[in-house]
Amino acid sequence: MRNPLNKTITEIKPSGIRKFFDIVSEMKDAISLGVGEPDFDTPWHIREEGIYSLEKGRTYYTSNSGIKELREEICRYLHRRFDLTYDWKSETLVTIGGSEAIDIALRVMLEPGDEVLLPQPSYVSYEPCIIMAGGKPVIIELKAEDEFKLTSKQIEEACTDKTKVLILPFPNNPTGSVMSKDELEKIIDIIKEKDLFVLSDEIYAELTYGEKHTSIASLPGMKERTIVINGFSKSYAMTGWRLGYAAGPAEIIKQMTKLHQFSIMCAPTNSQYAAVEALKNGDSDVEMMAEAYDQRRRFLLHELRRIGLECFEARGAFYVFPCIKSTGMTSEEFATRLLQEEKIAVVPGTAFGDSGEGYLRISYAYSIEKIKQALERIERFVRKVKA
Amino acid sequence: MKELKEKILRALAKNAKIDIDELAIMLGSSKEEITAAIAEMEADKIICGYPTLIDWDKVSEEKVTALIEVKVTPQRGQGFDKIAERIYKFDEVESVYLMSGGFDLTVIIRGKSMREVSRFVFEKLAPMESILSTATHFVLKKYKDQGLIMQFESDDPRISMSY
Repeated sequence: MRNPLNKTITEIKPSGIRKFFDIVSEMKDAISLGVGEPDFDTPWHIREEGIYSLEKGRTYYTSNSGIKELREEICRYLHRRFDLTYDWKSETLVTIGGSEAIDIALRVMLEPGDEVLLPQPSYVSYEPCIIMAGGKPVIIELKAEDEFKLTSKQIEEACTDKTKVLILPFPNNPTGSVMSKDELEKIIDIIKEKDLFVLSDEIYAELTYGEKHTSIASLPGMKERTIVINGFSKSYAMTGWRLGYAAGPAEIIKQMTKLHQFSIMCAPTNSQYAAVEALKNGDSDVEMMAEAYDQRRRFLLHELRRIGLECFEARGAFYVFPCIKSTGMTSEEFATRLLQEEKIAVVPGTAFGDSGEGYLRISYAYSIEKIKQALERIERFVRKVKA
Repeated sequence: MKELKEKILRALAKNAKIDIDELAIMLGSSKEEITAAIAEMEADKIICGYPTLIDWDKVSEEKVTALIEVKVTPQRGQGFDKIAERIYKFDEVESVYLMSGGFDLTVIIRGKSMREVSRFVFEKLAPMESILSTATHFVLKKYKDQGLIMQFESDDPRISMSY
């Protein structure tokens, strides 16, 4: 029999946390700080709207790009929060989470061999998506001394004449790093000079603690070369509803819509109606959740530092990224032993790229009580291994 | 300061037992500042007390709660305040609210038994001068109180690790 499989796909490395996941699921009284989704339930008024849409019989396909009402609300939201102006009809597409948008945006832009600049540590899906789209990932290693932010020098050094797209993953999963308006302004000249397109993944845009999030698309001359990816999962605690969107230049959105149409048809109908409610009446929920995350963030950073783990001031998403180099262990060793000896699950930094070596991703999408319990065990473990 | 106070109140409303050091870290403030703000709010009677929310149904001691709608004739020069005071001074009265709409006062009272509550209504409350009528409703089950759901859902429904 012939090999039924595609070589490009089989060569993609499987997820780095699979192993941990299997152990944690079997382990009694393990505490996981390894989750990448909010601990809040979707606010009730949003859920209620989803239920109502089912009661009302909205159980059919919607237009491929998503319902008009939602796309109009998305445009209003992007304008209100990030000063972005998009035409709902030609410049937006509602997708199955932000991840579908990332996938299809890359597929419509890349020719075989095109290079994509990928700053790491970052979300695990970018690299396989680039490869599956026929592109070549060129990794830019973000540095702790730069607080894991991207610099124009790094972009310049990584560019070749084949570079076409830059992935901009801020606020960042796993580091919690954010790029301020000033810092973004410093990279736009080189982006324009090298004629790059930017895939700006702003899924954590609502979760910044300090300066409000700036979208690179709002900076001069950037809108026409940026695809903004956003969604409902993180800001409205709606991960299971699978709903995201892309906003960008009409010619790119048009081709993305074509791919979306042939592979997905449309995003779930009741999720779309619930999302309209989220955008219309959900600002205070977002504010409440962001405040809760911020309090946990301060507490976790303070405690990790007290325990003796160096930790830069993460100002976004719901992760901190402590450095464990002082223990002499690799990320993988630390995470494995922490799980075996103290039953605490965290994600080794290396799951997000080689440049995550020496770091751990710790999520604070947990109640403060849970975080406290986990910290006790982490402290005991660190004291033991450093002794 | 106003913003800090509001944050402190929101934290205390959820957990009056919160550790002040911890709260200071969480709010990016100092222990001294928090302690001072709380003292000030206590003095201003913004913080009126720290009662505990108890699910009495889980305790062997029998307790019944009743909500009584009361219609009154307001007294000249004193409005409703005087009659409300006469009612709220009883220990068994938990809450008294002045209402808009079909009746005037909501009185929430807690007693050991239905008999005890009833006795309070017909011996103490109903005969009071200027009380026109009462309607007593007994609470059968509390689902949510003070913003807290009484039946706690336990397990974290999320998968234990994800990106």
